[in-house]
Amino acid sequence: MGLLSKKDSKLILDPLADNNPITIQVLGICSALAITAQLKPSIVMAISVVFVLSVGNVVISLMRNIIPSKIRIIVQLIVVATLVIIVDQVLKAFAYSLSKELSVFIGLIITNCIIMGRFEAFALGNGPWKSFLDGIGNAAGYGLILIIVGFFRELLGSGTLFGFKVLGDSVEKTGLYAIGYENNGFMVLPPMALIVVGLIIWVQRSRNKELIED
Amino acid sequence: MGLKQNLHSLREKYKGTKMAPAFNALHTFLYTPNDTAHGGTHIKAADDLKRTMNTVIMALIPCLIFGMFNAGYQHYVAAGEIEAVTSGFFSSEFWTLQNFSLGFWKVLPILAISYGVGLGVEFLFAVIKGHEVEEGYLVTGMLVPLIVPIDIPLWMLVVAVVFGVVIGKEVFGGTGMNILNPALTIRAFLFFAYPTWMSGDKVWVEGAVERTREIANGSTADAISGETILGSLAQSHGVDYSVMDMFFGFIPGSIGETSTLLILLGGLFLIFTKIGSWRIMLSSVIGALVMGYIFNLVVAAGWITDTSKFYGLMSTEFWHHLLIGGIAFGIVYMATDPVTASQTNKGKWIYGFLIGFVSIMIRVFNPAYPEGVMLAILLMNVFAPTIDHYVVQGNVKGRLKRAKIKTA
Repeated sequence: MGLLSKKDSKLILDPLADNNPITIQVLGICSALAITAQLKPSIVMAISVVFVLSVGNVVISLMRNIIPSKIRIIVQLIVVATLVIIVDQVLKAFAYSLSKELSVFIGLIITNCIIMGRFEAFALGNGPWKSFLDGIGNAAGYGLILIIVGFFRELLGSGTLFGFKVLGDSVEKTGLYAIGYENNGFMVLPPMALIVVGLIIWVQRSRNKELIED
Repeated sequence: MGLKQNLHSLREKYKGTKMAPAFNALHTFLYTPNDTAHGGTHIKAADDLKRTMNTVIMALIPCLIFGMFNAGYQHYVAAGEIEAVTSGFFSSEFWTLQNFSLGFWKVLPILAISYGVGLGVEFLFAVIKGHEVEEGYLVTGMLVPLIVPIDIPLWMLVVAVVFGVVIGKEVFGGTGMNILNPALTIRAFLFFAYPTWMSGDKVWVEGAVERTREIANGSTADAISGETILGSLAQSHGVDYSVMDMFFGFIPGSIGETSTLLILLGGLFLIFTKIGSWRIMLSSVIGALVMGYIFNLVVAAGWITDTSKFYGLMSTEFWHHLLIGGIAFGIVYMATDPVTASQTNKGKWIYGFLIGFVSIMIRVFNPAYPEGVMLAILLMNVFAPTIDHYVVQGNVKGRLKRAKIKTA
């Protein structure tokens, strides 16, 4: 991290692990449950949120001294909504099937608590460069969990990764399926996503006991 | 040196080490410990957790044995090798060595996996967390083989048992702390994860799945299948079994759930030994009957005709619902689980009634879930603390009211 000072790199690295928005702050759970049945939508969602949060953080940070504090929530909402519409339109133009699959959840990025949370807690009080790094870090922390959950759910639930049949063909009975393995249908259902997130939280906290709160 | 002495010295040897709980568990399972506590208050009671568990297991043994006979019987009847029973519960066609040995060798691995894997997980957690092994799994391990289809692949059972014990019980803090019944958590996991092995007309009869595969590969053997009664009613097909068959249990179903007669005896045994709550059992039965009767009335009023997809199950005579499917088994052995049920007496009535009521409702309205009792019990497990809370609050309010009247 020669490019960044120690303080700056902390802004990015902290939310990846010890201050992760999903596993530590338990924010943004709804989308983490809804779109992680496959790996590809998880990654697209992660990228979208990285874009919205980093750019949004910079915009809010630049305007922080001229936003009247009484109407700051409305201003923040307009910024997020604009960015989300950009993401939505880009997806519709260049990845229509994916945009169909993610359906309403791209629009619902607006309501993702992580975004408003970072605007309020960080961008309103810090400069654009720091806010940019904070946005990248938090969105990446969110995306990281999404990708981990998506990886396990797609692998165990459908036997594929990015749609490739990595475990063999379940209809033709090749690979693992030849010896009797079967996909776990529970993995595709949202409740299992919650349990997978719970397991990640468990693993993380048993590796780092300081994270356990009473 | 006898076994007891051996175990005792082993226990002494491992005292204070990480493995100590594992040896303690074995030692106290087989023998009463020969050391006594010093100082403090001692409570002497005839029933402890172990005795409670053993009583339930005793009540389950007849169902297990019957299940073994029935597994063989269903296979040979479906394959056309023997005749259906004709002469009551002690029919000679049923109680044959041939039936038993087929069932025995199919059920034994399931039983062994259930106990082996489940206790393995419990021992592991006890060693990691450094507490004593709890007896909670003894009953669960016996329940699991009784509520799965005979042809369940064993590796699926391993996955489900690990899931059920870890997610259903250990994450909450082990025996006595779990919200959901662990055995039903295991079954629910299997049901949602591998639905093709938990429902349909192929899994309830030993060998039916394999036979289908052989036929697909060009074998000329006859296909065998056995739809459960609920399955055929959900599709509004007729039922081939007499009411006595249903009551005695000569019907396809999960291994130990078919014989309402033996479940009834087991239930009476549990009530007599005061292990199972008669309030829950009775109110569940009432709940099921009421819901079934309402459906009968709806049919009688002509709101539902035989063109409706609900007709088959709705028109089933209300008390037949208790004889078919797993509802009797669920009510007697699972709804009464003292950990996950309501604790207050009034709460038990509400809890039980809703289990019966919701079971039949799910059964009728959702053909994708042919047996509703599993989901009904899990649902009410979640609500049990809430029910207790309001019962207790109601009691507090009532007492305060009386106190106020007196002072006024």
